[in-house]
Amino acid sequence: MPSLKEVKSKINGVKKTAQITKAMNMVASAKLRGAQEKMESFRPYTAKFNEAMSNLAGGSMSGSFELMDQRPVQTVELVVITSDRGLCGSFNSNIVKLVEKKTREYEADGKAVSYVCVGKKGYQALRKTGKVRKSYLDIMGTFQMFNAREIAGEAAENFLSGGSDLVEVIFGEFRSVATQAPTSTDLLPVKPVVDESAEEQKISGEYIYEPSAEEIMEVLLPLYLNVLVYHAMLEVGASEHAARMTAMDNATNACKDIISNLTILYNKARQAAITAELMDIVGGAEALKKA
Amino acid sequence: MAQQIALEVVTPAGAVVNESVDIVNAPGYGGDFGVLANHAPFLSTIKIGILSYESGKKRESLMISGGFCEVSNNKITFLVESAEFGYQIDVDRAMKAKERAEKRIAQAVAQNDAVTRVRAEAELQRALARIKAAKL
Repeated sequence: MPSLKEVKSKINGVKKTAQITKAMNMVASAKLRGAQEKMESFRPYTAKFNEAMSNLAGGSMSGSFELMDQRPVQTVELVVITSDRGLCGSFNSNIVKLVEKKTREYEADGKAVSYVCVGKKGYQALRKTGKVRKSYLDIMGTFQMFNAREIAGEAAENFLSGGSDLVEVIFGEFRSVATQAPTSTDLLPVKPVVDESAEEQKISGEYIYEPSAEEIMEVLLPLYLNVLVYHAMLEVGASEHAARMTAMDNATNACKDIISNLTILYNKARQAAITAELMDIVGGAEALKKA
Repeated sequence: MAQQIALEVVTPAGAVVNESVDIVNAPGYGGDFGVLANHAPFLSTIKIGILSYESGKKRESLMISGGFCEVSNNKITFLVESAEFGYQIDVDRAMKAKERAEKRIAQAVAQNDAVTRVRAEAELQRALARIKAAKL
């Protein structure tokens, strides 16, 4: 049986851990709210953007665009978006697992795979593969549109120069506070957007384009990539905090369980000590009587 | 009261302006353009510059960068990567950004670095637009 003092100090230690995990849970929930607000305020932008894109694509569109160029796929680039910090359960490792699965599939098909890592955790997990072409670290805490622009622009340049024939983004999709799922979406070549709600828009008549519809498309396509990347980053931001909230909640509960077990142990040890002391006294008294 | 047109300026960080106005002036691809109520459907890309609008006696200016604008159903929507009201702009910071960009352009020209030069020029344009918007 461990000594009273040992158990006592262990209980205190676990209590301190529980305090920390509880605080982290609260910080994560506050940050989650911020991330969700950011997502919320980005939604009208995406909605409008898709509307305009499908308007354009549905209109008198002729000609082809380099960014929409469907080439036979030989090299695949995966843009892996993870968080910069750990302690958020299996969130990052789930994303990395999906990356590894995709890599195996593509390589079995005889395609070369390279990575662009956004977020430290993905980079740490993947750097040993030697396939990381570029990495963006320590930006997930306070990322802005210009970060997304940089990432998307660089990926597009690589695509145009023939460094990759297919670019996918892999990120943790925020489904709800309780579930985040690793997801992949195609980034390049850009697929034409088809929006059902575009039908009613056409009643308002043909648009006057300035410059031509094709030239507008040339400008919009890179912007569209920014939107996709920024959206994925927002999702990861929210998912990270949600995952951390759950992880920290579990940790706090585990601490509580340990504390209650240890308290039982402590009480038992205390009882044993008291009993032993009583036995001593009684034994002593008996011995005196006999003498 | 004259007829008005609904103006909406949307950035990735949320809607910046959402109100009915008399006239909107914006820097389009082919030069500045003005839009009044009941304009025909119109779609144009937007350059870095000043977006201004008037509503009654009120006149506001914003610095906007990179995006496009759509007019349909008596509504004008700007989708831009950033939009800032003139009075929100920190002029000192913009001035510093301008100097920085100018230095970078000079460097890029000396080293014949096209990518940096294009980037720095965009930076300079943004800084100039900010300064201009702040002074209006």
